Amino acid sequence: MNKVSRWVWGAAIGVYAFLYLPLAIVVLFSFNDSNLNAEWVGFTLKWYVMLFNDEVMLEAALNTLGIGLVTCVVATVLGTLAGYAMYKWRLRLLPVLVLTPIAIPEILMGVSLLIFFVMLNMTLGLVSITLSHIAFCIGFVAIVVRSRLQGMDESLVEAARDLGASPAMAFRKITLPLIMPGIIAGALMAFTLSIDDFVISFFTAGVGSNTLPLEIYSRVKVPMKLNPEVNAVSTLLMMLTLSLILIVSRVAPNALRAE
Amino acid sequence: MSKPVYGRVGRFAKWLISAPPLVYLLIFFALPALIMMFAAFRFPGDYGGLLPLTEVDPETGKQTVLITLDTWRDYLTFENFGRFFEDAIYLELFIKSFWYAGLTTLICLILAYPLSWLIARSNKKTRDLLVLLVILPFWSNFLIRVYAWMIILGPQSYFSRMLNGFLGWFGIEPVSLLFSQFAVIIGLVYVHLPFMVLPLYANLEKHDMSLLDAAQDLGANAWQRFWKVTWPLSLPGVWAGVALVFIPALGMFAIPDLLGGTNSMMIGNLIKQQFLDSRDWPFGSVLSIMLTLSVLLLAAVAAWAGSRHKKKD
Repeated sequence: MNKVSRWVWGAAIGVYAFLYLPLAIVVLFSFNDSNLNAEWVGFTLKWYVMLFNDEVMLEAALNTLGIGLVTCVVATVLGTLAGYAMYKWRLRLLPVLVLTPIAIPEILMGVSLLIFFVMLNMTLGLVSITLSHIAFCIGFVAIVVRSRLQGMDESLVEAARDLGASPAMAFRKITLPLIMPGIIAGALMAFTLSIDDFVISFFTAGVGSNTLPLEIYSRVKVPMKLNPEVNAVSTLLMMLTLSLILIVSRVAPNALRAE
Repeated sequence: MSKPVYGRVGRFAKWLISAPPLVYLLIFFALPALIMMFAAFRFPGDYGGLLPLTEVDPETGKQTVLITLDTWRDYLTFENFGRFFEDAIYLELFIKSFWYAGLTTLICLILAYPLSWLIARSNKKTRDLLVLLVILPFWSNFLIRVYAWMIILGPQSYFSRMLNGFLGWFGIEPVSLLFSQFAVIIGLVYVHLPFMVLPLYANLEKHDMSLLDAAQDLGANAWQRFWKVTWPLSLPGVWAGVALVFIPALGMFAIPDLLGGTNSMMIGNLIKQQFLDSRDWPFGSVLSIMLTLSVLLLAAVAAWAGSRHKKKD
């Protein structure tokens, strides 16, 4: 190994440490027998026990999963349609509407949806959060599905058509099975994005519609309410996202690359 | 891809497939954005929000529109924009946010470049694993990642005590790391780093290694090979990464909110304040429009700069 590559390896290992050490610390302190996240005292599971008896957290978790599931289903259907339309036809408006929500800072979408829901006299709550989550998840699903379609061999569909399949049948028997991994990856992404979302939920949530990220925020913000229970819920949330992402990376290895 | 001539059925299918997502995004993305733009020209309501344009008679329940050709001056105004430019505070805040986002982008670039280079030079199997390792933390919850730094930089943490012990030897007063600009920058870099690594890696992966061999044969040293060959070729990737880091960093509000002190506010915090605390929605909308314009400008500059270098190849 020459001098340059040794230097590069060192820098790379440093960056990986920078990426993972903070998360490792959160996990480590979730097993720490101390109120403060400062010093290792001893091993305990009491924060997890406390977490599973914490009704506020459990309700927030339930809300988060419910919003995530509905968002996942609706955004996957709409996103798949959008991805297919963007691949098949040269459209003008749809790509702009699909891609802009991904490109702009989240806060802009959050505040504009806040004005919108209040103007409609809609009570802010689980419904408004879900509607907003769907709006920003469509684009991610559409991108994954479209890139899967772009990698597909179009001649397979043509062959099916030559053999007498109707366009609908060719889609159902050929295209759909081939792009399924893309759709599954998109669905898991939509679910993950929804359960992790903080900024848009923050603006579109009302009284009594707590999600896990919102609850974590309110505890982290007020030191009096903060204890390693937050570390415990963070650890579990990380495990959930981690397993989902590992599934996505198996199903569609290229789905996660940012575009 | 050849474009077939659509019959009536084809056009119907096109409409049927693209209409649902199109309508959804028109209602829940485009319409709210337009309403916000309009809100920037309205007056704040007596109890926050917006001054209503219609009135409902409590007895008959009939709705009357208050804004007419004669009265529109009482309901629409440019004042909110005037306020933005009158008080230097707001422009200063924008400049400061640009500075934070710019510094974040620069640090991300410095950290990401060697890493991306290494990933691009590894063999196929290692490469996929290394890329996955960069992406994974990005998919863990955003707040958890910020919270992690609140722990590390907290006054009681090992890191703070070690640093202050070290500073103490030199007779320097202990510093508080959390709730400072330093903490905000660290948080911004931490959260956005993967956005720099991925486009850079995607670009560096495509480089033709024989160019470097040729440069070496011609007597270029390691630094010259980097500066004269690799760096110019990687500029499209650099610009893509700059756009992907700078734009979200500019609109961030949660990181300054949790890691920053009173003097490390960014545009996002001001917008949040206008909408949720002082409830001056028209002015909040003006700030949001200014942020949108900044983002569009930046995206255009990055796209222009990136494409300029691409043409040179």
